[in-house]
Amino acid sequence: MQPEILSVEHLTVALRGRVILDDVSFVIRRGEFTGLIGSNGVGKTTLLRALLGLESPHSGVITIDGAPRGRSHAAIGYVPQKIALDADVPLRVRDFVALGLDAERWGLPRRTAAHRARVREVLEAVGATHLADQRLSALSGGEQQRVFIAHALVRRPAILLLDEPLANLDPRNVQEIVALLHRLAREHDVAILLSAHEMNALLPVMDRVIYLTGGHCASGPTNEVVQTDVLSALYGHHVDVVQVHGRVFVIAEPNEATDNLPEHPTLTVH
Amino acid sequence: MHWLIAPGFFTSAPVHTALVLSAIAATVCAVVGVFTVLRGMAFAGHALTDVAATGGSGAVLVGASPLTGFLTGAVAGAGAVAVAGGRDARGRDVATGIVLSLATGLSALFLYLDATTSSATGVTQRVLFGSLFSADPSTVLPTLSVGLLALVVTGLTVRPLVLTSLSVELARARGIRVGLVNVVFLATMATAVGLSALVSGSLLSTALLIGPAVAAVRCTTRLSHALVVATALGVGCSWLGILLSYDSYNWMPNNQSLPVSFFVVVTVVLSYAICTWWGTRARRV
Repeated sequence: MQPEILSVEHLTVALRGRVILDDVSFVIRRGEFTGLIGSNGVGKTTLLRALLGLESPHSGVITIDGAPRGRSHAAIGYVPQKIALDADVPLRVRDFVALGLDAERWGLPRRTAAHRARVREVLEAVGATHLADQRLSALSGGEQQRVFIAHALVRRPAILLLDEPLANLDPRNVQEIVALLHRLAREHDVAILLSAHEMNALLPVMDRVIYLTGGHCASGPTNEVVQTDVLSALYGHHVDVVQVHGRVFVIAEPNEATDNLPEHPTLTVH
Repeated sequence: MHWLIAPGFFTSAPVHTALVLSAIAATVCAVVGVFTVLRGMAFAGHALTDVAATGGSGAVLVGASPLTGFLTGAVAGAGAVAVAGGRDARGRDVATGIVLSLATGLSALFLYLDATTSSATGVTQRVLFGSLFSADPSTVLPTLSVGLLALVVTGLTVRPLVLTSLSVELARARGIRVGLVNVVFLATMATAVGLSALVSGSLLSTALLIGPAVAAVRCTTRLSHALVVATALGVGCSWLGILLSYDSYNWMPNNQSLPVSFFVVVTVVLSYAICTWWGTRARRV
């Protein structure tokens, strides 16, 4: 079994007096692909921000690679939900990826042969070598997502956090990005934690799922968590989990409270 | 050759001073301007030019040098925007608008007092639209020192500046103190605006800050190239503006030179149009 790279124990986070995450615990191991699943507004981004050190927990412990979470951690690579690029940004893809090496440092960047080789290597790993000299803002959504992943990977993090990276992609790009991340997890031994409100695209590759609703989570191997009894306990009322042609549907009973329901098609309300 | 460069241009001491001062101001404005454009802070840059006018007109009132007034006004305005603006772009815009209103009101008061109580002539013209040929040669050294300081600070913060320009969230995740970077950049931008006000007057100093920078980012794909092109355009437009203003002495029936700031702004706008056309064409190919 791979060693733990991230451990979250009894994490509680409150924003402006409202509890967003309540006693959340899970572990992630090296090389694992983990889906962080939940509907919009359940606290996926808050959880990622807490892991990044951008939100202070009310209680609980976050351990990364055996050390307590600090403000900045080289072991974590991050791809935010949205990077709005102006069309005129004068930045090539290779320069943006190189910025991932040392963006927080002061002074003019001095690029060595080793830096350039690492940038080439990571661009090749994400299948973006041919984009290296293109203007970053001129790329399509799927191409930009590959480059953002390269930027996050260039420092060889042990875990990669991705906040809704599939949200604005067409189905073909969704498949390609999921396959790419799965390959990176296997070949580069990097743990992937990807948030999404819809799990079906991730089912073929997910080793583990963290299912978040109402501030609470259930986590573990996908086939153990996405079960009627587990999710019913998590929601606090009965839900059915149905598999149709390899896709999972979580179905609530009529008249149940709908506040915490994930979006269609993960959860369908009849 | 005299039709292009009027006699005495290369031997005139005021021209030498003007060329040196404009080169310093244009270089600082070009470098800082590229990041101003990247960060979407053109409005804040424009507002600081009006605050610089408050400082310039106030300086004349108390007998201080215009450079001191421009720099003090712009840096104080940047401080006010930083303190009142909060952490997001919307808060910054609102704070900028309020600071701009207050500064414009103070400028009106100071210029009125300058005109009615000061013995100096042409103060309004000098503060608002510049008077480069009458610049005191003793301002070259302080201008150079302040300009170098602004360039060094920009160089030191270049990597955090770029990342915070692209994504504040990504920068925070990397441990970058985004608030500190914003404050340092506002102060640097204020310095550039103060220097630019010397060349083209406070009202038109946005031209040197924004024009060459936005022209450069339109026609380049690398940050280093954008910085070089913006600097070349800024210095080139400033020097061409000085030359045309000098030449215009012979064009006018009353032998009066037209303002340098007019020619600087016209050449900047022309270079912007050419670079935009060039950049659009290059992206299509």
